[in-house]
Amino acid sequence: MRWLVATIAETFVETARTTTLRLDVPSWPGHRAGQHVDVRLTAEDGYQAQRSYSIASRPGADRLELTVVRIDDGEVSPYLTTDAEVGDQFEVRGPIGGWFVWDGDDGTPVLLVGGGSGVVPLVAMMRHHARVDSVAPMRLLYSARSADDVIFRDELPTLAAGAHREVTLTLTRETSPAWSGRRGHVNAELLAELGWPPSVRAHCFVCGPTPFVEAVSGALVDLGHEAARVKTERFGPTGE
Amino acid sequence: MRVVSRGFQGRARQPGGGLIPPGQYLVDDFPVLTAGPTPFTSLDEWDFSVVDETGAVVARWTWDEFRQLPAETPTVDIHCVTKWSKLGTRWEGVSVDTLLDGVETSAEYVLAFADGDYTTNLPLADVQDGKAWIVYGFDGDELEPEHGGPARLLVPHLYFWKSAKWVRGLRLLDEDLPGFWESAGYHNYGDPWREQRYWGD
Amino acid sequence: MNPASLDGNAAAGDLADVFAFDVTTAIVTCATCHHTQAVATLHAYLQAPGTVLRCSSCDAVQIRLVRAAQRAWLDLRGINMLEVQLPPEG
Repeated sequence: MRWLVATIAETFVETARTTTLRLDVPSWPGHRAGQHVDVRLTAEDGYQAQRSYSIASRPGADRLELTVVRIDDGEVSPYLTTDAEVGDQFEVRGPIGGWFVWDGDDGTPVLLVGGGSGVVPLVAMMRHHARVDSVAPMRLLYSARSADDVIFRDELPTLAAGAHREVTLTLTRETSPAWSGRRGHVNAELLAELGWPPSVRAHCFVCGPTPFVEAVSGALVDLGHEAARVKTERFGPTGE
Repeated sequence: MRVVSRGFQGRARQPGGGLIPPGQYLVDDFPVLTAGPTPFTSLDEWDFSVVDETGAVVARWTWDEFRQLPAETPTVDIHCVTKWSKLGTRWEGVSVDTLLDGVETSAEYVLAFADGDYTTNLPLADVQDGKAWIVYGFDGDELEPEHGGPARLLVPHLYFWKSAKWVRGLRLLDEDLPGFWESAGYHNYGDPWREQRYWGD
Repeated sequence: MNPASLDGNAAAGDLADVFAFDVTTAIVTCATCHHTQAVATLHAYLQAPGTVLRCSSCDAVQIRLVRAAQRAWLDLRGINMLEVQLPPEG
């Protein structure tokens, strides 16, 4: 798998700490929803740093999109979210991963559970669902800290308006009374209420910080979902 | 063609001039590298053993006993095979010479073993004569678990993967036995000044 | 489970240099506890001198990958068997 040169064509600020980079990558072979790329940055003195980012764009989109959340003491995300400008370049390798993917070629219901930046590959799946007019019932449960941290906040209602797609947000640290949606962490009750019954044998995709993924996937299995149908992608301690 | 990302700096680092081995750079922070989950051995359970070449445990200390041993405060430079170096790091612990004092052996090699199945091998001579310590303090504080606490091996003249975190003992061996990284592609000896990073270097 | 561990999926890019196929969907059998699992679900430690993938059941090392500039070493002694999904013919 070769390293390809990515040039930033456009940047879009999603939230105070999240930026989407729209990239031109000559020879990009295409990807499946849920896959990721490795990103490699090289400094003037040759020093390199490498991290993985989920692909936010749907398969077949014009540009490869990465949605990156800034970790303040990180090495790569501060550059990508704050310093990088249109025209800047870095290297990408991919697409990577044949496990945490959804191709939309069957009608089996799908449950997507994302914590923080874990929502990125799940939105790629939902964008793909919309593009191919899938009839597979798809539900996204997205846990964020506060309303200001919700990524893709304008697009989510549009996606949810489509047939066979539902989106539920839950905020864990929102203090404003203006928020009329759900509050609290994703737990077994919420998964039982909003997820599919295990008898449906839904595909479950769980993504986010490692502790979030461990807790949610454990809860899904405890609720009776088949372990082989609960696919996880862990982003490390802080999720980014 | 190398693609440089304009404006990318990365972690704070500088070239070290002649002070650090070839291929290294200096860092301000203390990167944490790990090959597995952090073990959390309670001090009640912790012990340190010296096992001789017959397999006999010839010395053993509980945590309390270990802390009673004469301690030193070495200040040393450390060099990680992943290219970062730190100068003047301050540690507190027991010299391996103290631990081997009185141990009769004809072994020429030692294998350090640690919690979490990690091992690293060295010539016995490389942990003697003031070259190595078992340390439990770093920079004036107790050594944190992510940096190898309760105690780790410290062998600063070799690449830092030889300074096994969570160390629990030394096995004296007649024949060299490659450890965790030495059996997976890293150099058997690991002298940073000769840039002995990988097999065949 | 170490809160800092990632999935085998996160190591897939580096593993792609040594495997000709997508290794993340390959099934491995742990030589220590005999648990079978997809490489994607192994616990991956990427902040190390090399890449280490461990059994999600017993934590025993399954795969070690060390990469130098033009060489790589792959240690598979922690697994008994690797089952690979092959693409359909034709």
